[in-house]
Amino acid sequence: MLLEACSLCYSVLYSSILAVLAGMVRLITHNLLACHAKGCTSNNFPLQFQDAAIELRDAEFNADFLRGFLPRIEWPALVGAARQLGDASLPAEQPEMLDDEFLQKLHHVLLEIHVEEGAMVCPNCKHVYPISNGIPNMLLAEHEIG
Amino acid sequence: MIPTPDLSHLKSADFEHVYEPAEDTFILLDALEEDANDLRDLQPRTCLEIGSGSGCVTAFLGSILGSASSLYLTTDINPYACKCTKTTGAQNKVPIEPLLASLASPFRRRLRRSVDILLFNPPYVPTESDEADSAQQHADIAGAWAGGRDGMVLTDILLEQVESLLSPTGRFYLVAVKQNDIKGICQRMLERHGLQGEVALQRRAGREHLFVLRFRRQQPAT
Ligand SMILES: C[S@@+](CC[C@H](N)C(=O)[O-])C[C@H]1O[C@@H](n2cnc3c(N)ncnc32)[C@H](O)[C@@H]1O
Ligand SMILES: [Zn+2]
Repeated sequence: MLLEACSLCYSVLYSSILAVLAGMVRLITHNLLACHAKGCTSNNFPLQFQDAAIELRDAEFNADFLRGFLPRIEWPALVGAARQLGDASLPAEQPEMLDDEFLQKLHHVLLEIHVEEGAMVCPNCKHVYPISNGIPNMLLAEHEIG
Repeated sequence: MIPTPDLSHLKSADFEHVYEPAEDTFILLDALEEDANDLRDLQPRTCLEIGSGSGCVTAFLGSILGSASSLYLTTDINPYACKCTKTTGAQNKVPIEPLLASLASPFRRRLRRSVDILLFNPPYVPTESDEADSAQQHADIAGAWAGGRDGMVLTDILLEQVESLLSPTGRFYLVAVKQNDIKGICQRMLERHGLQGEVALQRRAGREHLFVLRFRRQQPAT
């Protein structure tokens, strides 16, 4: 009994710690993920959010990082994902001038919006990648591996 | 001296499910520390660790490079490892994003030639292939070491993908043991993929002769 109670406390405690500390599929990461199920090779990006529960959390601003990372971003996918999560602050076209106001917006969208729960769905084959405690499950069953 | 990451939040119960940092982990930390200045000069923006386990290695890399200077991505097939990696990031103030995934699978399309630092301390212990297969399927603690034939089953798969992942100035660090055939690995990476490999560090630890190999693209002949 005692043992059971303890392990229960432990798991409750543990999950609450995780909820505070953990959790973050951020849009920067979402922008780098594509469906990799067997045979799914076109229209497999970007994954669509489903039932996303989000949290906003401050992140340290670093303009050099943002400028350096920007060439790796697929812009329309980022704008679309942000809108799906209710943030319409980014312009549809990527601006040429990377002024401070723009970098601040980019910082927020890329690094401060955390998807804690929900799923990401492939636009092509509809494979569902669940997100739980901020950790996306990108594993495939053996027969789905390409 | 860069301090070893704080893992005091992880308990022995966690290490029943997740690989506890050991000599192979520490030799990788030491190799990264020796290269710290070089690595900072590269201004890495995307770091990816495969098989992050406790998260110790990426947390260490984050303290070398600075937590806001790069994106820190990790994968592991063990869900407990992903959780530990996450909390280790938080404990050490490095925003690590763990994904439950095998190798670099979900990133292969979008991170083509875009990974600046790629790290892998793989399951490198030679075992029966059945043992490695079942460890991969169960994604539990045995998956941390069971490496199948020559200990290379998983490493072999990744080696074929490294060239397509590394950015033009990217670096790939791999932990290996003598039985993995260090010379053979380097030769193959050079001949098949044009990646230059060298021994960054080696040492004996108990019965293991451990190596950290470092790969980069061949410098174009001038
Ligand atoms: C030797 S441990 C290294 C853990 C940690 N990086 C360290 O250095 O302490 C190998 C890790 O690889 C993970 N692993 C095994 N197969 C994998 C796969 N197919 N994809 C990603 N990770 C895998 C294991 O779960 C384990 O966490
Ligand atoms: Zn798909």
